[in-house]
Amino acid sequence: MADFEPKIVAFVCNWCTYAGADLTGTSRIKYASNVRIIRFPCTGRIDYMLLLKAFDEGADGIMISGCHPNDCHYTSGNFHARRRWIMFRSLCDFMGIDTRRIIFSWVSAAEGARWAEIVNSSVASIRELGPYDNYKNIAKKPVMETENHG
Amino acid sequence: MDDLKKRAKELLETSAVKVVIGYEQGTAGKTRALFAEKPEDADRLIFDSRCVQNLAVYVTKREAKDKGKMAITATLPVMRSIIQLASEFQVNDNNLLVLGITPGSELMEFGNLAEVETFVHQYQIEIDASYKEKLDKLDKMTPSERWNFWIDELTPCFKCYACRAACPMCYCIRCTVDFNQPQWIPVPSHELGNLEWHIMRAIHLTGRCIDCDACFNACPLGIPINLLTKRMIEDARANFGGYQPALQGEHLMSTYKPDDKENFIQ
Repeated sequence: MADFEPKIVAFVCNWCTYAGADLTGTSRIKYASNVRIIRFPCTGRIDYMLLLKAFDEGADGIMISGCHPNDCHYTSGNFHARRRWIMFRSLCDFMGIDTRRIIFSWVSAAEGARWAEIVNSSVASIRELGPYDNYKNIAKKPVMETENHG
Repeated sequence: MDDLKKRAKELLETSAVKVVIGYEQGTAGKTRALFAEKPEDADRLIFDSRCVQNLAVYVTKREAKDKGKMAITATLPVMRSIIQLASEFQVNDNNLLVLGITPGSELMEFGNLAEVETFVHQYQIEIDASYKEKLDKLDKMTPSERWNFWIDELTPCFKCYACRAACPMCYCIRCTVDFNQPQWIPVPSHELGNLEWHIMRAIHLTGRCIDCDACFNACPLGIPINLLTKRMIEDARANFGGYQPALQGEHLMSTYKPDDKENFIQ
């Protein structure tokens, strides 16, 4: 598994973490390229179904990041999100979904260096866990199986 | 339950209500829902220990609402459902009269929903001890054992949506699971769609489920899907101090506290 490169999808809010990730770039801080960033208006707008869809499509890990509590552009979006994450994460855990692969963080627009650190540590921990075979096995598309027969 | 029959008959004779929703003798020794619209229909009303279907599922249906004012035979779980539905603006005093049946099987008529709420609040939502044991057993497993447990349990599910049909809280005219542009839940009877459907169902019922077990009773395969909603009830208690249906106030998942505690956000 030495050459395994995890695929990670990051769901970030427009106002803090996306701007923070921009700052990482403009500060020329180098970080792992395993993360595909998806920009959302607010963490409060991240539907849990989208997180599951990322696993469906073959992600090995998911990052979710937004403004620190009390810093939400819309005042309370991240507070609502936090309450939902608590319940969603617990349900995932109860169903046996590997919650170590779902990484939540608060990263502000000024924390470019912190974003690089969190991405690097997430990539390292998910590389250690290996590919997310449990989910990938059930997410196999039936079409692909028939293609293999041909 | 002669009181119930008598009262239902009175209500229909005086046109105080247009329909009384209750239970009647069904086939194969089972009971089924009765919609009594004429005074003589009220004679068919029964109530005994077999009457476990949550009748609140009907009060949000167009077919029932269009008849006019409804009266409903309501056990404690049904009353809880009604209060939750009222708090979501699905029913109100103008279209619903509650013929309560107390846990001691006594008929108790309520003048309005506020009285029902007061009655319901005497009893906390409490997970049955046998289910608590099951939850504990699952909690003690490793995540991959839990994964295998659920994949095994959910594999036979063919998404008949009996659980959705039986649940009073699943009243959306168009459910996320019916969408095909985009298709959120894969349709085939397959582990992936099954897993995602049951996650979705449990999340949508978080903070709203009143633990009536209607979903489990309706499942033709006996899949313990009520474990998921029970887990959510326990988590709501552990994290946010629990909830119970109430006519006033915020819903658990549509509000927040600035000091909600978690231990997983970096």
